[in-house]
Amino acid sequence: MFSKGTKRKFSDGDEEISDESLVGARVASSYSLQRQSLLDMSLIKLQLCHMLVEPNLCRSVLIANTVRQIQEEMTHDGSWHMVTEAFCGPGQSPSERLVATEVLCRSREQDAEPKLFSVISYEGCREEEVVADETLCSVSVSDTVSNVCLAGRVGQCWEKSELSGVERDEEALEDSRLGSGEDEEIDTEDGASTESPKTTGQVFGTFEIKNGSPGPDSALEELFSDVDTSYYDLDTMLTGMQSAPKMGPYDLLDSLAPSHSSPSIVSTPTCRSDLNELDHIMEIIVGS
Amino acid sequence: MGEDGESPKINHSFLRDYVTEADVISTVEFNQTGDLLATGDKGGRVVIFQRETESKDESEELGESGEYNVYSTFQSHEPDFDYLKSLEIEEKINKIRWLPQQNAAHFLLSTNDKTIKLWKVSERDKRPEGYNLKDEEGRIKDISTVTSLRVPVLKPTDLMVEVRPRRIFANGHTYHVNSISVNSDGETYLSADDLRINMWHLDITDRSFNIVDIKPANMEDLTEVITAAEFHPQHCHLFVYSSSKGTLRLCDMRESALCDKHSKIFEEPEDPGNRSFFSEIISSVSDVKFSHSGRYLLTRDYLTVKVWDLNMEKGPVETYQVHEYLRSKLCSLYENDCIFDKFECVWNSTDSVIMTGAYNSFFRMFDRETGRGVTLEAWRESSKPRAVLRTRRIYNGGRRRRGDVGVDSLDFTKKILHMAWHPAENIIAIAATNNLYIFQDRVNAENLKT
Repeated sequence: MFSKGTKRKFSDGDEEISDESLVGARVASSYSLQRQSLLDMSLIKLQLCHMLVEPNLCRSVLIANTVRQIQEEMTHDGSWHMVTEAFCGPGQSPSERLVATEVLCRSREQDAEPKLFSVISYEGCREEEVVADETLCSVSVSDTVSNVCLAGRVGQCWEKSELSGVERDEEALEDSRLGSGEDEEIDTEDGASTESPKTTGQVFGTFEIKNGSPGPDSALEELFSDVDTSYYDLDTMLTGMQSAPKMGPYDLLDSLAPSHSSPSIVSTPTCRSDLNELDHIMEIIVGS
Repeated sequence: MGEDGESPKINHSFLRDYVTEADVISTVEFNQTGDLLATGDKGGRVVIFQRETESKDESEELGESGEYNVYSTFQSHEPDFDYLKSLEIEEKINKIRWLPQQNAAHFLLSTNDKTIKLWKVSERDKRPEGYNLKDEEGRIKDISTVTSLRVPVLKPTDLMVEVRPRRIFANGHTYHVNSISVNSDGETYLSADDLRINMWHLDITDRSFNIVDIKPANMEDLTEVITAAEFHPQHCHLFVYSSSKGTLRLCDMRESALCDKHSKIFEEPEDPGNRSFFSEIISSVSDVKFSHSGRYLLTRDYLTVKVWDLNMEKGPVETYQVHEYLRSKLCSLYENDCIFDKFECVWNSTDSVIMTGAYNSFFRMFDRETGRGVTLEAWRESSKPRAVLRTRRIYNGGRRRRGDVGVDSLDFTKKILHMAWHPAENIIAIAATNNLYIFQDRVNAENLKT
């Protein structure tokens, strides 16, 4: 299916495939396959951090840049477009095709719900920043409002979401050692049958899916229900931290930042106000 | 093992051929006179070798010059644990730099990922004897037994080398320290991690001055890190740092306190013909060194070494291919992470020859005057002590000569990452995993050490 889509693309639009272009298409599709495998390899490399020692930042940055480069090229080629279409079905709007790589690797489920998590931001979720200065004590709260990834602008979304997708205070957290307390369990078992390489968005930033409270949007909840809400501190990827217990050992963090694993994240007051924003996002995505 | 009957050294080494991870040498550095050679390893130890000063008579001219023998060994850094991040801090010594000698003692800086330490290495070869109130073992004497007074005198004893930590520069770095460089002013030094460069005063440990900070406000925007940094050998206000994107930035500390804005940026435009997904990775500079003259810069990226003229920013003045035959293998090298290996590069004392390491225990030397390069091997099995190193060749298509090594049979686990060149003579120290090789450019002589 993947290669079929690619062939169509490379053989000049939707014309009949001629012999010459067939050969060209083969070459091109093998390039695409190589590129895809390079992408997968890179994503795996980013995930497999040495959990005991901080991974090499230089290496992580270089791999992430490579991933970004591949994704940009794939976007320009339209291959990304093709790939997502293959999985999402033709009836959906472009915005819905903004799918995380991991989703692409999953077996297609029957419902038409676009599985758009990962890359989708966290945007609306207001999280508190825990900023460490030398005293490690100052805490500031900030709104995180960057809107990453929305709408159907695939290319731009990728660029914005880049490697972290979400602003996440966690980036600021990256400076703080406290941030590490939050589970940064690199979850590789998101139900994907394949290796489920995460998007780069999941790699660098903290990434949190906020489920709405059950009331307003059951569709929303369903949408996110099978996504692991453990999120990645910037530090996680870059420094290889991991949370053993998802409930971080740091009470301070627990009290400050919305916690991690449970979908009842929204219990924290900060997130409730973001439901509206999340709704807004969903509307755009679903196109209603 | 062809000629193993001759040297007991080779037989002996065959028995203990396994490599302990902790013994892997991670840095090598001569001091300013070349009499001392320090190595640091992954286990946090520093071993200092000293050159034997033999009396120089006629026989020395033709025969061997001083050999390097172990002078002192000490544990510089211990494994540490960052409790906040729940991460170990490796004790591996990333760099050692000697301070210029000012008195009888020697000082060196050694650093792991986070902490820099200043060590004092001093000799003691005399001890006082003849105390009135203490006996030879130091026990207090019974006063009633003291019948006469004498003046204690200093008597020679066996040479003892004492190494003591004099300063510990801690908590200066959030990221991993990759370089340290002593300033020509003799009072300050810089330490560089992935995103920041700090300047320290050698006497002050609780403060450092941040001179470069490339950390973006949003870490998600991070696309470039600092890979190496060095002070200019003569101008105490100038330093250079290299990045993972292949750029070099020369900064003048007189211009502003925070040198985020460079004075000069050295960057070679990308060759569109060679572009691939790995272009950026292989352009990442792994090491940068000023020439002794201070006029040139030497950089190493994955496939080449380049010489830059400080007066010309638009590109290097010389480029040497270290192992161009690997260009077609970049994907595999990416897969096994070898593409991220950081090779060092060094100048010789007159800046006429440059040297860098490669795989399969090979290292390369380039003569700048002729532009030619040779490949040499640092491998115990193939060279005896005092044997002349022969040059090696890589076979990658074309005519194959006997003794050539095929590209596909290269051992990528045997990498020569660290090396040093004596500041005045043609003596080089090559670190090959857990072995240290010292080669001298003499007519007949070569010195092999493990």
